Order: sequence, then structure tokens, then C-alpha cells
Amino acid sequence: MWKFTIRRILIMIPQIILLSVLIFILAKMMPGDALSGMVDPNTSHETLEKIREDLGWNDPWPVQYANWAKDLIQGDLGQSFFYKMPVTELIGQRLINTFWLSLVTLILIYLISIPLGIISGRYNNTWADQLITGYTYIGFATPLFIFGLVMLWIFGYYFGWFPTGGSVEPGMEPGTFSYVLSKLKHLLLPAFSLALIGTVGTVQYLRNEIIDTKQRDFIITARAKGAPESRVYNRHILRNSLLPIAAFFGYEITGLIGGTIFIEMIYSYPGMGQLFMESIVSRDYSVSTALVLLYGIAAILGALISDIVLSIVDPRIRIK
Amino acid sequence: MDKEAVITSEQLQETNVNPSGLRIFWREIVRDKLALFSLIFIVVITAFVFITSEVLDYEEIVRVDLFNTHAPPSSDNWLGTDYGGRDVFGQLIIGTRNSLSIGILVTVMSGIIGIVFGLTSGYFGGTVDNVFMRILDFFMILPFLMIVITFVAIVPKYSIISFSLIMTAFLWMGIARLVRSKALQERELDYVNAAKTLGTSNFKIMFTHVFPNLSSIIIVNMTLNLAGNIGIESGLSFLGFGFPESTPSLGTLLSYATNPATLEYRWWIWLPAAILILLLMLSVRNVGEALKRATDARQRRG
Repeated sequence: MWKFTIRRILIMIPQIILLSVLIFILAKMMPGDALSGMVDPNTSHETLEKIREDLGWNDPWPVQYANWAKDLIQGDLGQSFFYKMPVTELIGQRLINTFWLSLVTLILIYLISIPLGIISGRYNNTWADQLITGYTYIGFATPLFIFGLVMLWIFGYYFGWFPTGGSVEPGMEPGTFSYVLSKLKHLLLPAFSLALIGTVGTVQYLRNEIIDTKQRDFIITARAKGAPESRVYNRHILRNSLLPIAAFFGYEITGLIGGTIFIEMIYSYPGMGQLFMESIVSRDYSVSTALVLLYGIAAILGALISDIVLSIVDPRIRIK
Repeated sequence: MDKEAVITSEQLQETNVNPSGLRIFWREIVRDKLALFSLIFIVVITAFVFITSEVLDYEEIVRVDLFNTHAPPSSDNWLGTDYGGRDVFGQLIIGTRNSLSIGILVTVMSGIIGIVFGLTSGYFGGTVDNVFMRILDFFMILPFLMIVITFVAIVPKYSIISFSLIMTAFLWMGIARLVRSKALQERELDYVNAAKTLGTSNFKIMFTHVFPNLSSIIIVNMTLNLAGNIGIESGLSFLGFGFPESTPSLGTLLSYATNPATLEYRWWIWLPAAILILLLMLSVRNVGEALKRATDARQRRG
């Protein structure tokens, strides 16, 4: 157990270093530097050169990388020249919105996929199963952004049940009950759009897993001993099938990263995905690289958590 | 010797004639009506789109006509016009052609990289496999969408070629992983050992002996990838980081729907493109699923 965990963490370190190198190269490839937007245009060429020299931008690349990485570890992600504030502060404002969106989405994913998967697996080849399988089949082929647009069109505009943009009603007092309610109302439609597409994989996994376990010898034994059907399912089958699902939430993070970008753009929801697109369009590259780095690290950590939890749940993984 | 055991060479030949891979594929598709219908749909759409886009006047379609913006569908413009007064139907045809072409191009290119990478990793095994898998793991973990968008934004002289190269660079991992796991199994088999004993070069064994045995699963995987890649391309174009401005794609038409007024009142601009993407992806997947069943004798219907 510990051996696996430590080995898994050791694998992660070169991944993070590689990621940071890749992002450093990206940052260096970007046209122009932060100075061109920051200083007075009348500054002479020599002074600019001197500032560059002082900032260490003429050093060899490995030295620059080391300095950059040192700043990163200390939590300094640079300055946004578009918003004129430190990147960390800027991201902090948006982080909370994306966090809530992801959290509600994850809860919805589990709320939807577990019952559907269980029904589909337990009563396989009935009309209910066919309906659910049809949903997963179409859900797999539907691009998230099309689904998001159609949801917004139908429920946001046509029926008008949900607000069509933003994260909260303007003019609300933070902390009050109606503020929270308004936030939730703004969250629901984007979260549902993300979740209904995101559940597909989990439903299919759970269905296959249950159908597979149903025919195992130990289930036949349990039935032969006269265990009631509910006990067979709750104690024997689901125990085996549900734990891996619970461990998947780390991998879900990777899936959510791409999803939040589309959904936040479509619902003009002020989160990190929208910030990323804004920063790319306005060429505010220090913000974009910081976001890629953060999302990359989030994905690496998500996979790490899932792998470790899976290894606890399923000992077969540890032996390798 | 009893009679049954004597097999004439003719009989032997007869039993050895397995239906060829392509024929199995074909039989499975014909048996599955949905897949057959999907295949016909794909062929018809592809043929229609490629032929009409040769006939259509491209300049006419992308010409801006400010007196005729946001026109609803009429006999002149079958699907109305967009914000620049350009004919949506014409853009839909060109867009479908572009989306399909780039989907196929990226699928083939990422397929080639994935096959070479996976074969090398699986065939040699050991340290090579270990190193290659760590590289693959790293690529798998990257936030795909963000990295691609960043590259698209900073690449100088952005063109369709660079776009497909960027997409390929981050999409070869799935097929590489599949080919690697199959190659790991194949390398233990006798025919590989026999070829090695005869002194056949590794390169030749990999590509002329092992590769043909993997071709059917590769075809299946690439078909399923094609569906995904069409979606990814239109998604990137939707965000404005796919095709360059002047070339319409299905995603470009959808991106007009980010304007709330277009989304709410002018369905003719974005809805046909949305339906077309959906149908294309579903059809390609249907065909892919049928092919997948064909590769597994236990699941075949035909």
C-alpha cells in the first residue's frame, strides 16, 4: 500500500517538472513581453535594455527557468498587464466560481449516474435499460458545447426558467440567503449541462460492472444460500462496483477542465475558463500560462488521488 | 487410419479460406441496419458536400452583403444569411467539407504517430516500453483544450496545416496505448519468434508481420476517433481557435450563437450546423461500433 503510494508520488514529480518546462517554453514563445505593455512608450531603447538586463531576461534559458520556477513555488505568478493586478489575485477572484460550478457538477454526476447505472445493470435488457443505454449512446456522441447551447436555448431563452448569464444577480448583498439562492439558480443550468454529458462514462462503467458481477460464482452462492435480492445487490454486487466509481472523481476533474471552458463561455459565467479565453484573446499571456499550469497541476493531482484511492479499494492494482 | 481423419488438400484449402477482414466488416454493417443507414448517410453527405463545393462559387458565399444581413430562410438563401449577409446554406456545405477533411486528416496523422509509437513500445517492451509509457502518461495528463488553444494563439503564420499539426500532437495517445497493449501480446506469439530466428529485422517484423494482425482494431479505433475529432474541431472553431477566419467550419456557424440574439431568434444560422455535427458524429460512431463488433467473433451479429 505505502510502496504503491510512494512510487505513484515519485512518478508525479517528473510530470510536474515537465509540465512546468513546457509552460515555460510556451511563455517564452509568446510574442512580446510584459514590458511592452507596462512602460511609458517614450522610454529609450537603452533604458528598456537595462530594465530587461536587471530583470534577468538576457540570462541563459536554464537560469531564467530556475528563477521562474522559484517565483512559482513562492506563489508569484507574475502580473496581468490587462487587468493591472497580480495574477494570483485575479485568479483568486474567479477560482471560487469555477470551484462551485465543478462541485455542483460532480454532485449531479453522481446523483444521476449511480441510480441510472444500477437500474441499467440490474434490469438489463428491459425497456428501462434500453432507454438508459440509448441516452449514453447519444450522450457519448454529443459535443458538450452543442448540448450546452441547446440547453441554454430551450431552458434559458424559450422557457425562461433560468438566468442566461453571469454568476449572481447584480446588486445582491453577499452573505444573505437570497444571494446564495441566486448563485445556485445561476449555477444549475450550466452544471446540469456539464453533468448530463459527464455522467455517460460512469453509467456505462457501472452497468458493465454490475452485469459482469451478476454472473460471478460468489453471487450464485449468495443466492443459493437464500439471501434476499436486496441483500445480494446492496451487500454483494454494489459494494464491488460502487467503490471504483467513487474513486473516479479525480479523473473527472480532468474531464471537467475542458468542459468548464465551453460551459463558462456559453453561459458567460465568470470563472477560470472564461478568464482563460479572455486572457488569450486580449493577449494577456502571463494569465493564460498561469491558468494552464494550474489546470495541469489540478489534473495531475486528480489522477494521483484517484490512483491512490483505487489502489486502496482494489488491491490488484498495487501488484505490478 | 480412419476415414474422417484423412483430409484431402482440397478440403483443407476450403476450411482455411476464412472470410477476409473486409468482408467480415461488410457483413456486420449490412446486418446492422442502423450502421448501414449511417454509412449510406455519411457517403451521401460526403459526396454531396465535396461535389457541390466544387460547383459552388466560393467568392459568392463569403462575400459580405450588408443590405441583406440576418435574413430569414427564403428561396434565395435556403437557410437565410448570417451577420455579414453571407448565405448560411453555402457556408454549411463548405463548413461540412472543411470539418470532414480536417477530421480525416487529423485522424490519419495521429493514427500514424500512434501506431509507430505503440508498435515500438509494445514490440520492444522492457526499458523502451517503460520510457515510452511515461512519455505517453505525460501527454495524457495535459489539459488538452487549453494547451491547444494556447498553441493556436501563439503560432506565427497560422494556417490549416499548423492547426491540424497542433491537434495531432495532442491526440495520438489513445491509439498508441491500444496498439501498444496488443503488440505486447503479439510479441510473445510463435510467429514473431520464428521470424526472429530466421533473422528478420525488427523493423520488418513490426511493420509487415505484427502490424497486419492489428489492422482491424486500428481501423475500428480510427473510425471511432474520427467521430471524436470532428467534434473537437468544431468545438475549437466554436471557441474561435479552429480554422482561420476566412474558412468556415461547422463550428464557426455555431459560434454565431454566442450572440444571444442569434441564439434566441435566428435558429437558421446555428441549428442546422448543430444537427449536422450531431448526425455526422452519431453515424460515424454507429459504423465504428458495428466494426468493433465485427472484430470480436463473439459479438458479431452477421
